[in-house]
Amino acid sequence: MELNREQVKAIAKLAAIQLDDAEVNRFVTELSHILDHIDQLKEVNIEGVAPTNQVTGLTSVTRPDVVVEFLDRQALLDTFPETENGLLKLQNKKP
Amino acid sequence: MSDILFLSISELHAKLEAKELSCVELTKRFLERAETVQKELNAFITLLPERAMAQAVQADKVFAEGRQTILTGIPYAAKDNYNIAGVRTTAGSKILENYIAPYTATAIIRLETAGAVCIGKTNMDEFAMGSSTEYSAYGPARNPYNPNLVPGGSSGGSAVAVATGSCVFALGTETGGSVRLPAAFCGIVGMKTTYGRISRYGIIPLASSIDVVSPCARSVFDAAIVTGWLAGADPLDSTTPDVPIDNYEGHLNANTSLVGKKLGIPKEYIQAEGLDPAVKQVMEKVMAQCEAAGAELVEVSLPLTKYALPAYYVLVPSEASSNLARHNGVTFGFRSTGTSTAQELIELSRDEGFGAEPKRRSMLGTFALSSGYHEAYYGRAQKVRTLLRQEFETVFKQVDALLTPTSAMPPFVFGEKSDPLQMYLVDLFTLPTNLAGVSAISIPGGVTPDGLPVGAQFITPQFAEDSLFQIAYAAEHVLKVEPPPLAV
Repeated sequence: MELNREQVKAIAKLAAIQLDDAEVNRFVTELSHILDHIDQLKEVNIEGVAPTNQVTGLTSVTRPDVVVEFLDRQALLDTFPETENGLLKLQNKKP
Repeated sequence: MSDILFLSISELHAKLEAKELSCVELTKRFLERAETVQKELNAFITLLPERAMAQAVQADKVFAEGRQTILTGIPYAAKDNYNIAGVRTTAGSKILENYIAPYTATAIIRLETAGAVCIGKTNMDEFAMGSSTEYSAYGPARNPYNPNLVPGGSSGGSAVAVATGSCVFALGTETGGSVRLPAAFCGIVGMKTTYGRISRYGIIPLASSIDVVSPCARSVFDAAIVTGWLAGADPLDSTTPDVPIDNYEGHLNANTSLVGKKLGIPKEYIQAEGLDPAVKQVMEKVMAQCEAAGAELVEVSLPLTKYALPAYYVLVPSEASSNLARHNGVTFGFRSTGTSTAQELIELSRDEGFGAEPKRRSMLGTFALSSGYHEAYYGRAQKVRTLLRQEFETVFKQVDALLTPTSAMPPFVFGEKSDPLQMYLVDLFTLPTNLAGVSAISIPGGVTPDGLPVGAQFITPQFAEDSLFQIAYAAEHVLKVEPPPLAV
């Protein structure tokens, strides 16, 4: 399957990745090439075949609905890109 | 003293028990070795000397109190997609360059509760996407026998660390052959456990319906010991069924043999068009030696093998695109600076933080799951996956295990697989087993005339690890492959 530039840009928007022009061109070629390979799957007769979501036969596994507290607040804060006065900082405005 | 670096778990345990050396001395020796190897082969993303020495001090105390296990004080390494509380965990990506994990993976907890000492986090392809470690944001790892060649991937750093005696065993992860392939390229043993045999809790995911914990070691016996400590249900990973764990290494001894074992030789592998003649030559010798040792070789057919790769490259990018959605520059990891809207912050953080392969797979997966294409791509691939599973189930009614080359080719030079599809094809012989969720192992099969290792792969049904270890152990003792000389 061939993808064009507009399709690649639309996919990038859905994937929330900003691509520059060179990247868009590269993905047009690469993704089309990979999709051509994937199109081989059309040769397989899948009529009446159930899809595989899980390979070991488990279904609807649940665990007790018990809250487990995580007390190391600082460790969680440290995973954020930016914090200020122990609070999470989201946006840095353009100067 | 350098011979200590290449001893088995049991041999090191005996020396620690006999007080011939302490856990602190042992850890120091491995850390020194790891630092030397690191300069040449870039096997690690982060070395953990302080944490490891503190663990070793604790391990000596445990020995003094007589509470030791076989793993107490044994140095190991973990791929950098295993979370360890307080330790940087990058998954080989720039987007997690400064991510300090707030909690620890179950696999790490199990090993460290038993007393194992983690000397470092190993190099890997970004988010475990790749077959050479060339996609690592921290530079590639290098092959221990020829640094101009790739070590295989994505768990290349773990395989290099084990092969060079920088640690005794290591943890990798597999989605399409990411431990068996580097194990084959580095001349060691790589074990792909059944899906769900070991908890994935705390591991940065690639494709959640396929990912597995995979240990690597220098012998089948050591791989069996480590698998035994890791295996079992975990309430924190709902995909781990409560299947009994066999005493894997307990069933490996002088009486373990190939006599009467039916080994299936799938013609789609051994007669594959792209099979390198040197690999084929090694495999013919492996088959002959197994037969001479009492195994019965049976030609079998897995006609859907050629569809495993296209199915894989729908399923894995789809699940990966979903898993990678959490890397948005907001909650953790890398954030682009100077953006003015939320959308711009997310899109630019992902553009600047991800390397080429995660972007490629996010794009491919987003497309395959998008409205109008979902059934034609993801839905169809899931059905082909069912047929692939059934094909393995059918063939296992005829044979005890399958025997194949691990890879169609020996280690290749950097840059050789610059086309993404060529890189994907490297995993042709390993990824069908990942889709089927069965167990498989790569052991050293021989050495090419150019002095490069070739891996032999055995495949058994789901949760047949016990039988798999026995066949691989027997084959290992029949083949007696000497690894080529190390470059470092």
